[in-house]
Amino acid sequence: MIFSSTDYDAIRLSVQVAITATLVSLPVGFGVAYLITFVRFRGKVLLEVLVNLPLTLPPVVVGYLLLLLLGRNGWLGSLLNTAGIRIIFTLKAAVIASAIVGFPLLVRSLRIGMEGIDPQLINASRTLGARWHDTLLTVILPLSAPGLVAGSSLMFARSLGEFGATIIVAGNIPGVTQTIPLAIYEYASSPTSETMALSLCIVSVAISLVVLFLHEVMAKKMARKE
Amino acid sequence: MQLAMTVQKNFGAFTLSADIAVSGERIGIFGTSGSGKSTLVSMLAGLLEPDSGEITLDGVCLFSSARGIQVRPEKRRIAMVFQQHALFPHLNVRNNLLYGYKRCPAEFRTVNFATLVTILELEPLLDRGVTNLSGGEKQRVALGRAILANPRLLLMDEPLSALDDSLRFQIIPYLKSVSEQFGIPYLFISHSLVEMRLMTDTVLAFEKGVMTGQSSSEQLARNRMGQSSAGYINLLELCSMTERDGMCAYRWQGGELLLSAGNRDTAAGLFELSSKDIILFKKHPEAISARNLLHCSVAGLFESGAKLGVEMTCGGGRLVAEIVPDAARELAIEKGSVVYAAIKASAFRRLAAATSQTRP
Repeated sequence: MIFSSTDYDAIRLSVQVAITATLVSLPVGFGVAYLITFVRFRGKVLLEVLVNLPLTLPPVVVGYLLLLLLGRNGWLGSLLNTAGIRIIFTLKAAVIASAIVGFPLLVRSLRIGMEGIDPQLINASRTLGARWHDTLLTVILPLSAPGLVAGSSLMFARSLGEFGATIIVAGNIPGVTQTIPLAIYEYASSPTSETMALSLCIVSVAISLVVLFLHEVMAKKMARKE
Repeated sequence: MQLAMTVQKNFGAFTLSADIAVSGERIGIFGTSGSGKSTLVSMLAGLLEPDSGEITLDGVCLFSSARGIQVRPEKRRIAMVFQQHALFPHLNVRNNLLYGYKRCPAEFRTVNFATLVTILELEPLLDRGVTNLSGGEKQRVALGRAILANPRLLLMDEPLSALDDSLRFQIIPYLKSVSEQFGIPYLFISHSLVEMRLMTDTVLAFEKGVMTGQSSSEQLARNRMGQSSAGYINLLELCSMTERDGMCAYRWQGGELLLSAGNRDTAAGLFELSSKDIILFKKHPEAISARNLLHCSVAGLFESGAKLGVEMTCGGGRLVAEIVPDAARELAIEKGSVVYAAIKASAFRRLAAATSQTRP
């Protein structure tokens, strides 16, 4: 199989979007998981519902809502437009769509990791003179590492396969916003390009396998360390 | 150390109400499970906010609901040793030990790392992870970590309850020696009267969220004798074991005690003997099956519930026996009377290898 330059672009863009969406979501996801796990506040249930909402909605609905929000006439889109920032039908939109759809998976994994931390360790840290942000960095963050790795892998894999929200909010522009799933969709729509669609499927599976393999290796390493 | 705590905390059906004013270096908080002692120390450490009241330590206000004061835990300089050790699993022994030390302001750093490591015998463990340490090793690391934070008060929340008996009494000398060596006062929380007697001078007793009394640890043990199924526990340091007729003869305060063969250990040791296992005779019995018959003088009597405690001097040692008032009348026991105490050889139980630090 010989890939065209737009196919290589689709592979590159897929990886680029997945990595960026994961990296951008990590600090936010960590903060949200921390809030849900350790902080008591009003509206906690509402926050949990909002975080998990993209998991239950069809990605197309997420994409459409993003279009309404970030479109030229959208509430946020019009503001960004005035500042000269265009989101819709750019790579940024693909990153945002992937980040939102994968976010619940990241938060869930982080939360499971954080819930497994013995509260006495946090108490010990505080009585040993650590301020809350010190405890966060020296106790909670390292002990959340397994959840962090699991969440990042899941989110990366989910971003790699994101289709519904991306096609609505970022379009399917070869070399600009076309990722592997969008390219496969295009090839699959054409009766003569089945081989190319299959080739991209193999690439997609290969990338996912590498990510999951790395995740397993890291998880085992961490378990051994413990 | 001077501590004043007047606090209330409500948890639905359970309310903790404490009014404490105590001074000393070795204070105990005694109570059964659910008596509120852990809640109390959590409030003192700043980990739990009381609903109302005031906490003052050495004249410094740590909490006052009226004045809106709540000093954060990291600012209180009150370190804790937890029941389940609470060692950081991602750090090795050295970094666990140094966690509080690094965060302690330089002007308060008086505890030397190397000295502490030597006292607690942690040198060979320094570069090991903490997850595979034994229970006793973990508790020594937890203790060292708390001491190295250079606290002005050390809270020990049932630090021995996660350990089996043999380890418990191995750790006590460490607990005592580090706080004495570095002059750190402590609050020791436990439901064990023996631990209280070995570790503390003054004890605050709690029951169902209310403080029921303040006394010396010895007095508390005597007060509880009548209610406790174990009675009053005599703690005896026995030494120089020799074997005789299949039994173990130990020296004790100028005399000798015969113990059953199960105690075959030549090392000196701390043994417990329940007040219930001592039988008193007015006159020397003609023949008895118990292997120990001690000639004793009654030093005093005390009431405990429906029972009577008889404190006796036997050679150079002291023992407490437990009898019912009818028996006291029959034996005509009073201060200064002479009695014979019979003790079975199997009544003794070794707690630990003896050191001067285990001596109550």
